[in-house]
Amino acid sequence: MSQNVNAIQDHVQLFHQPEYQELFERKRQFEACPSPEEVQRVAEWTKTWDYREKNFAREAITINPAKACQPLGAIFAAAGFEQTLPFVHGSQGCVAYFRTHLTRNYKEPFAAVSTSMTEDAAVFGGLQNMIEGLMNAYALYKPKMIAVCTTCMAEVIGDDLGAFITTAKNEGALPADVPVPYAHTPSFVGSHIDGYDNMLKAILQTLEGKKGDSTGKLNFIPGFDPYIANIRELRRMLTLMDIPHTILADNSDTFDSPNTGHYVLYHGRTTLQETAQAINAEATVALQAYSTEKTRDFIQTVWQQPTCVLRPFGIQGTDAFLMKLSKLTGKPIPPELEVERGRAVDAMTDSQAWLHGKRFAIYGDPDLVLSLLAFTLEMGMEPVHIVVTNSNEAFEQEAKELLARYPNGGEATVWGGKDLWHLRSLLFTEPVDLLIGNSYGKYLWRDTKTPLVRIGYPIFDRHHLHRYPTLGYQGAINLLNWLVNTVLDELDRQTILPAKTDFSFDLIR
Amino acid sequence: MTSVYQERKQVIQDVLAAYPEKTRKKRQKHLNVLEEGKSDCGVKSNIKSIPGVMTTRGCAYAGSKGVVWGPVKDVIHISHGPVGCGYYSWSGRRNYYVGTTGVDTFVTMQFTTDFQERDIVFGGDKKLAKALDELATLFPLTKGITIESECPIGLIGDDIEAVARHKTKDLGKLVVPVRCEGFRGVSQSLGHHIANDTIRDWVFPAYDKLSNDELGYTPSPYDIAIIGDYNIGGDAWASRILLEEIGLRVVCQFSGDCTLQEMKLAPRVKLNLIHCYRSMNYLCRHMEEKYGIPWVEYNFFGPTEIANSLRKIASYFDATIQEKAEAVIAKYQPQADAVIAKYRPRLEGKRVMIMVGGLRPRHVIPAFRDLGMEVIGTGYEFGHSDDYQRTTHYADPGTVIYDDVTAYEFEEFARRLHPDLIASGIKEKYVFQKMALPFRQMHSWDYSGPYHGYDGFAVFARDMDLALNSPTWGLVKAPWKTHTDTV
Repeated sequence: MSQNVNAIQDHVQLFHQPEYQELFERKRQFEACPSPEEVQRVAEWTKTWDYREKNFAREAITINPAKACQPLGAIFAAAGFEQTLPFVHGSQGCVAYFRTHLTRNYKEPFAAVSTSMTEDAAVFGGLQNMIEGLMNAYALYKPKMIAVCTTCMAEVIGDDLGAFITTAKNEGALPADVPVPYAHTPSFVGSHIDGYDNMLKAILQTLEGKKGDSTGKLNFIPGFDPYIANIRELRRMLTLMDIPHTILADNSDTFDSPNTGHYVLYHGRTTLQETAQAINAEATVALQAYSTEKTRDFIQTVWQQPTCVLRPFGIQGTDAFLMKLSKLTGKPIPPELEVERGRAVDAMTDSQAWLHGKRFAIYGDPDLVLSLLAFTLEMGMEPVHIVVTNSNEAFEQEAKELLARYPNGGEATVWGGKDLWHLRSLLFTEPVDLLIGNSYGKYLWRDTKTPLVRIGYPIFDRHHLHRYPTLGYQGAINLLNWLVNTVLDELDRQTILPAKTDFSFDLIR
Repeated sequence: MTSVYQERKQVIQDVLAAYPEKTRKKRQKHLNVLEEGKSDCGVKSNIKSIPGVMTTRGCAYAGSKGVVWGPVKDVIHISHGPVGCGYYSWSGRRNYYVGTTGVDTFVTMQFTTDFQERDIVFGGDKKLAKALDELATLFPLTKGITIESECPIGLIGDDIEAVARHKTKDLGKLVVPVRCEGFRGVSQSLGHHIANDTIRDWVFPAYDKLSNDELGYTPSPYDIAIIGDYNIGGDAWASRILLEEIGLRVVCQFSGDCTLQEMKLAPRVKLNLIHCYRSMNYLCRHMEEKYGIPWVEYNFFGPTEIANSLRKIASYFDATIQEKAEAVIAKYQPQADAVIAKYRPRLEGKRVMIMVGGLRPRHVIPAFRDLGMEVIGTGYEFGHSDDYQRTTHYADPGTVIYDDVTAYEFEEFARRLHPDLIASGIKEKYVFQKMALPFRQMHSWDYSGPYHGYDGFAVFARDMDLALNSPTWGLVKAPWKTHTDTV
């Protein structure tokens, strides 16, 4: 009998019991699996340079990519605006996937609706779905704004979103004054970071007010940044500097709402009114470049407003950010932030011995990778493999320039457009000490034994990391904490065998 | 009962009031209260979801790649089209398997042709053919490859069947084209059916002519296949152990932890046992028609139904099997009794609302009942009328029935019916937890499991207890708040 009611075993222990191990053995006779020797032989081959060459010769199949598709980023952006319902025109399965994905990362509900297009809509177009969808969504959820993006189905058949929305309003599906910005977000172009950009631009375009006197504010665009605490940290720093600001858009409460016993649908913090006034800000600061290209171009050319990209990550990134803000606004950098800077630098010098010279691989979105490179280079770490599936030339140029500024950046190769199966070959053929990436990195950890520091999106298998900032001086301390303590955990794992390795199982490190 | 029945009927009417008239008329047909003695739940089902209402449903691709084909472990499944579908469904479903991932098994990997604009414009067949070549080179131990079509494939007129036929010959590995584009049908359900049909059309016929010897198979009178168990958290293993103990030989376990060889053997068994009727009945019917294999539905949730099912299964075999079934039931009864003795007092009288897919909206009701819990509402994401007929066998009169329930309806039902526990999916989980309602995911077992079999029932009971009796729920209301406005 397998279960003892006082110590019930779930899958983690149950299947280790002899009766289940025997069951696995019996099952093998019907599986026609290759012999363990054959599996071993092929497994060893996948670790070789020969395999790496064949792997890198791939032109058609992508294996374990580190990118999602546009609409995910689009609804992520939309969720930052006041009482805004993300609305996806196309097949409904996509929306089920997006909601699931965001929910698994944040452990928060995520509301978004679909126009549920099916075969008949593929033939006749999705106009009726759009009309009915807007009518029902408005009636049920009373949004102040409905932010429309598309799935690839609607894009392939070429639905005319602007005309559809106008028709829906003319037919009374929803009041004419409800803003319905729309963005084309085909999944066969770019990735989720482009969807973020396209949706944000569409919303700013739709809500823009009259060009008038300056509000004296600065606009800030966080980009597709999974660490919602970064927005809170940004606000805190701006408040300390007494800089009036608008965040386009602040979805921090959407992905971290309090449990009060009442489910509240909308948590977007950026009001439609202040968004309308964003046109009259002094300037717009984007904290990411490659998720904001079209939006910045729009602000610059149409609003005639200066824009810049500042990356407040790591010490020097944060320094440059604060100095630029000080220059833009004429306001001094407050002593509190200077003290924080000192604490962060102090922590970094305390831990530097454990991270200096540590060779690592990293993968993720271009902007995320740049922010982490900035910090790790400052720490004296040595990036080796930099894999960015949704890469672009400008990013690769920027990354190379950053690496060239540090002597410890010389070992790195930027692998644009590659995936995590490529990275697996890199890790086997040119091993490193650490891997930085999202939860999918755990498979690389298992296969190559490279310890994983979970930073990125999605993180499904660890809780609450998105609640910690990675931005500013506080963020530098968090990054340091995650990195150095992973190294120390790994040291303990390597030295834990009694009478074998445990002489180095040090109490003090 | 009458008053409860009327009350709940009224709740449905009240909730429907929020809809525009046209939508209200449509949704009305999907909601009902189960009446005493009826052989059907009296709801419409398997109809298109209404745009804009936040359905929980997925798509045909999810039904094929995510459910039926995806768990087949030594076959590579390509998400053919843009990157998203494969990305979002990557490792999402906990179909446990034994194998060396990336070498002889591939379930928790994501393979995609990652369509770009040029592939949409010029077609993707050449890219697909090349992708198949590359997979054969990099994964020599894969037994076959399925092509799981995403929306654009069917819209741009690609001929994946031609590519599959050509490459099956060329590579000497089975290549199966699956037309599971997400816009087909009204939910995951058509994807299940399409996947079943591809097994019928592309897998079975390829091996029909082989002799048992050629397949390396020595038949026995007790050979069975488990069909429609996806081995979530090891469910199929916790089921298989009981079937083996009663003397049966499980030669195919489809599709959780399944290999292509097991699929080849399936048409040669004596009896098909179907767990998830919704997703796999098509193949069972086909095997009955073509190979004369009878099939039987069973339910391995909770000791009451496990015992009934073991007896039912044994009835298809001789006395030795029937005697062993009785012996197995007797052997495990003390374990089940101990679980009930421990947990029933902690769970007695708790009221549950369920909403999931497949078979669970009905099959788990008796397991809750074994623990003294009462299911007051249930519904299917993508059920058909035959599911709702079967539900009457399990659900109590007065149970609120909701088909393809919208987010709005589900929340409102919970607010008005005051369940103690919601058993549903990840998209619903945190909505209800924000209402201070205990919740268990019934797709993924909330990362726990197994829940099937006697061993699984112990885990099920433990998990329901830890969800319902967590002290964290008592912290939700700040002590200085005086109003009593809760769920």
